[in-house]
Parts: sequence; C-alpha cells; structure tokens
Amino acid sequence: MPEVKEATDSYFADFMRLEREANHFPAWLGELRKKALEEFAEAGFPTTRHEAWRFTNVSRIAETRWCAPETSANGAAASLLDRHAIPGVAARIVFVDGLFAPELSALENLPEGLQVVALRRAQQQPSGDLPGRWIESHLARHAAIGENAFVALNTAFFQDGALIHLAPGTDLKNPVHVLYLRASNGAHTATHPRTLVVTGHQSRGGIIESYVGQTDEACFTNAVTEIAVGEDSSVEHLKLQDEAENAFHVGTVQAVQARSSRFLSHSVSWGAALARHDINAVLAGEGAECTLNGLFQVTGQQHVDHHTCLDHAQPHCSSREYYRGVLDGRSTGVFNGAILVRKDAQKTDAIQSNKNLLLSEDAVINTKPELQILADDVRCTHGATVGQLDSEALFYLRARGIGLEAARHLLIRAFANEVIGRISFAPARQRLAERLLGRLSKGWTSEDSL
Amino acid sequence: MLKIKNLHARAAGKEILKGVDLEVNKGEVHAIMGPNGSGKSTLAQVLAGHAVYEVTEGEILYKGKDLISLAPEDRAREGIFLAFQYPMEIPGVSNMYFLRAALNNIRKHQGVPELDAMDFLSLVREKMKVLDIDEALMSRAVNEGFSGGEKKRNEIFQMAVLEPALAIMDETDSGLDIDALRVVANGVNALRSGDRAIIVVTHYQRLLNYIVPDFVHVLYNGRMVKSGDKELALELEKKGYGWLDEELQENRLYA
Ligand SMILES: Nc1ncnc2c1ncn2[C@@H]1O[C@H](COP(=O)(O)OP(=O)(O)O)[C@@H](O)[C@H]1O
Ligand SMILES: [Mg+2]
Repeated sequence: MPEVKEATDSYFADFMRLEREANHFPAWLGELRKKALEEFAEAGFPTTRHEAWRFTNVSRIAETRWCAPETSANGAAASLLDRHAIPGVAARIVFVDGLFAPELSALENLPEGLQVVALRRAQQQPSGDLPGRWIESHLARHAAIGENAFVALNTAFFQDGALIHLAPGTDLKNPVHVLYLRASNGAHTATHPRTLVVTGHQSRGGIIESYVGQTDEACFTNAVTEIAVGEDSSVEHLKLQDEAENAFHVGTVQAVQARSSRFLSHSVSWGAALARHDINAVLAGEGAECTLNGLFQVTGQQHVDHHTCLDHAQPHCSSREYYRGVLDGRSTGVFNGAILVRKDAQKTDAIQSNKNLLLSEDAVINTKPELQILADDVRCTHGATVGQLDSEALFYLRARGIGLEAARHLLIRAFANEVIGRISFAPARQRLAERLLGRLSKGWTSEDSL
Repeated sequence: MLKIKNLHARAAGKEILKGVDLEVNKGEVHAIMGPNGSGKSTLAQVLAGHAVYEVTEGEILYKGKDLISLAPEDRAREGIFLAFQYPMEIPGVSNMYFLRAALNNIRKHQGVPELDAMDFLSLVREKMKVLDIDEALMSRAVNEGFSGGEKKRNEIFQMAVLEPALAIMDETDSGLDIDALRVVANGVNALRSGDRAIIVVTHYQRLLNYIVPDFVHVLYNGRMVKSGDKELALELEKKGYGWLDEELQENRLYA
C-alpha cells in the first residue's frame, strides 16, 4: 500500500515541527508520543480489508492532507456554545478548534474533590510537571496505540483536552461538561482532542463530552477519551457527537474499571459525513458493572459506525448493552458489538441488544455481535433487530386522530427515548429530546415528554 | 349516521366481506354477532380505515359523506372510534401523552381549544373513576405489559375521554371477568345519548345483558344474514350458530 505509506509520511514532518515548536511536554509523555507516531507509521490508516473497518472506508481521511486550524477568536464559537451548553452542570470546560478557551469555560467554585484542567494549561506549570500524579499514571496508558491507528495518531498529535479528577469519596451531583467546538472555517483542518477522566475509590460523578461544530469546509476530529474508574466508584459518561455534514469524526472511548465499579456509557451520535466510534470497557476488577447505551440517528448520505468492546477480564462482572439506530435517506450504519469473556471471568453476565429502525428503503445497517467466550460458567445473550416502523402501531395512533406524520415521529421518538431515558441528568435528556425533535421535523413543536 | 351499502372488502387476495348492508342512526345501539371468522373485525377495521383491507365494491356513508376516501385520522377526528379487539402496545409513549395528543387532534379539528397537561388531567380524572382506572396507569406506556382485561378497559377509557359520535367496540368483552364487564358496560352506558351511536361486536350474548342493544345483526360468511332485536341475541345464545348453516342451506335449496 504505497499510497498509504505516503499518506503517513507527511505526518512525520508535522510531528517534527510540533516537537520543535512546542516542546513543552514532560519527558515521559514525549517518549509515549514518539512511540505512538512510530506505531501509526507502521500500521498506516486502516482499509476496508481490516476486519474492524470492513464497512467504514476512511480513504477520504487518509488521502486528505490535514492541517492544524488557525486559531482566531470568532463569534461562531460563542453561538455554538450558546446552542450546546447544558444548564446546571458542575463545571464547563470549552475547547475551540482544539485549544482551551478559558473565556468560554466556567471553572470557578468547583465542588470539593473535583479537578478540571486543560492539558495545555497543566503543562505550563513552572515546574514543567503536570498537576497530580494521576495524570502521569493514566494519560495515554489505557487506550492502546497498537490496536487502532487513530488512537496512535491522536496520541502522537494531541495538543489539548480536558483532564478531570475526582478525589476518593467525592459525590458529584451534577456532571462536568466538556465541549469540543469546531468553529474555524479553514480548509482541511484536523484536531486531536484528548480527554482523561480518573476517579478515586468510592466516588461518583458524570462527564458529558460534546463534539459539535458548524464548519463550511471539511474537517476532521480524531478524539480519544480515557476513563479510569476507581474501585467502588461510579462514572456516567455521555459522548454527544453532532458535527457538520462535511465533517469526519473518529473517536475512541476507553474505560478501565476497577473492582466493584460501575460505568455507564452513553453515546449519542447525530453523525457527520462519517463518524466512527469505538467504545471499549475493560472490566478489570471483580464485581464491576458496565452499561453501554447508544443511539445514532442519521440521514442523507451520512455514515455512522459504532464498534463496542466489552472485555470481561475478571469474575462476577456484568454488562448490559443497548444500542439503537435510526436510519433514513441513503445513510449507512454499522454496529459491531464485541464481548470477550476471558478464561478467569467466571459468572460473567452479559446481555447485548441492538435494534435498528430503517425509515427508507435505501438506508442500510450492518449489525454484528462478536462473542468470544473462554470461560465456561457464564451467561451471554445477544440479539439484533432491523425493522421498519410498525404499521399496526401507526394505524392504532391514526385511528385515535393522530396524523400520519405525527404518528411516525411519535414512534421514532419513542424508539429513541428508550436510550435517551437511561441518561440520568435531566437537562441533558431534555436537550437530546429537543435535538431529536428538531431533526425529525421543523414543524413539530410539542416539547412535552412522552 | 352510518349507511353501509353492499360493502365488499378483501385482504391478501381473499374476499372477506361479500355485500354487507347496515344502517345505524343517532341514538341507536347495534350489536353485530356471528361466529369466529365471519368478518366482524374486518368490518370494524374497514370502518376505521385500515389499509390492509381493500374495498372492492359498495359504499359507506358517514354523516352523509363518503367515508372510504377519508384517512384513518380524519375519520377519528370526525368522531369515529374503534375499540380494538387486539389493542396495540406502544412502548416508550405514555398513556397520558398518547391520549392527550389524540384528544387535542380531535379538538383542534372541531375548533375547540387544545388542553394543556393540567386541564387534561382534571378532565380525565372523572372518567378514570368511572372505569376504575388507576392514575398510575396514565404514566405507563400505552398498553405495554397490560393484561388482556386492562387493555380492554383502557380502550373504553379512551373512548370515554374522546367522546366519539360513532363508537365501534370489537369483542371488548373477551378477556373480561364479570366485574370488569360491569365496569366497562357502565362506561359505555354513560356514553349513550341521543346524538351518539354504538356498534357492539361480539360473539357472546353476555355483554348484551349489560349494554342492551336496539338491534341485533348476524354477520355470517361476510354477509348480514339476519337482523332482529335483543331476542335474537338470546336465541343465538341458546342455539349457537350451527342452525344458521342449515337455515341458509334450505333457503338456497328452495329459493
Ligand atoms: N389482514 C388479513 N389478511 C388475510 N386474511 C384476513 C385478514 N383479516 C382477516 N382475514 C380473514 O378474514 C376472515 C374474517 O376474519 P375476521 O374479520 O377477523 O373475523 P371475526 O372478527 O368475525 O372473527 C378470516 O378467515 C380471517 O382469517
Ligand atoms: Mg374478530
């Protein structure tokens, strides 16, 4: 694949320039980044011949010569924030075109036990050290650079991102909101946002990550989020991706769970031109519980791919997975749900479900469970459905006076609400429900909950 | 109010209704009886506008206007209500939301102001009492996880709230114990009035002890073969439907 090699070569030049210009990372991180670049160069961008990328063709990402966005203060970021800020959060940290925007963030009066810092700020400490050993022990330690070229690429190139820490015993009532806004209109810009969440034992908290943008030119977001869920602690994470029709989004969420921890992941993807989400959790301690909850709704020519992996590494863990897709137009979707039950992971209890609603004859979904079970005393079930709106249910609604269009929307909302309803922070649910309505029809105005 | 003339309807290439005639006036209660498979539900669904049934011949006039060309939602807005034999479950949509949307669609069509959540609740509380409906049911998803009896009661509750001009009840009595039957009948009887008409579809006479019909018709193999008053229902109860076969055979032989 010479053309792919060439594609990765240009990244070397970029990397060297970055090293010269911004040599402000601590030595340990510098080493990791160099290794990541080598991994990326070795692997190159995946092609559809790679099993995990069979249905998602990233050649348009591979063939584009991406550059860093120009940072310019503009009103677009403020209006994006207006639209996507969620009320009532504990803290808000905002990045515009990849870089921390303190003037748009709200980081004062944080609740006790919560730390939220911008990676770039953190490195500008006079000592050159990052604030807290937790960063060194966790940053770039969980998302494996050897398995996914995009993770390697992010690790080599990330410039900024949110670092969030919950001290042991902290009980965070409202979530932290991280917003990655794309507002620049430069052509072919790429950002590599990096998020790290670390929670101490017996703590509890929520994180919302929004990837949103309004850009005229094609742009590329390559995100990685690492979440280390401490012993007996509980993390709820919502990744909300809602980018422009010409945007490319590739992102990995990698969680690692300690003993008796709970991780609740939501991925809501309204898509881009192409969006690929890898959502992985390692149940690395006994008695850990994990729920992966997801919704994607795409139309037109959009393509959205969720690859999830639940790695049951220890006994007595349970996982639940609920993914739903709504596809209209000529859009395409992929759901691939891997569950690995390792030899020692006896008494694993895993349930996976993926349901898809095809609203047009041209929409396509590829759904596949991928179970690898090496322990013998386990319960693993999975099921997938692909269907249209239930015509009998539609008739029932119409026979009560509800018009065809409204009845269709009602059933779509009900289908999606199964997923949205699992999000515990009400203002986030409300926001998502409104967005769903907005996407269905501009004429629909009822904002009542179903 | 309703005039059905020589109605033929088919589904999946099979003729089910083979020339049905029926006239229902304001204030009347009609019972349609007949053995399983005779086409009772098909008639009810055709009246509600189910697209799986194709009307191949005949006409239906409702309030003097052609009904067949109306969309199902427009029929409902014009006052037709079908209590389904098998009500649908709609996961993710609460009864409250569903019923208020239905009511407001109908009110809007009639030029009456729509109700907000509070006004709606006070309106339905009354009807809940009559039909012995638990308020908790309102926040549950439509018919989801309901027992057969609960579904039937919910249909009649909807009917009580929507106050249709023409109510069609398809086998509402099946799956109800005697107490529930009484509750449902009370709900229906409360709706009886000089400007409403009710069609009760059943193949048992039992319900008709509580909702006493003005007319009883027998639908048999896609045709109305007999009409009478409530005595006909009692006769059917006693003799079953078998004798109809013989009588029809004779008619054909000696006609
Ligand atoms: N949608 C349909 N497609 C094919 N056949 C149908 C359909 N609906 C009803 N039928 C057939 O028409 C006949 C009458 O059915 P139905 O109207 O349900 O009778 P009843 O309600 O009197 O028991 C039955 O033989 C039934 O199988
Ligand atoms: Mg029937």
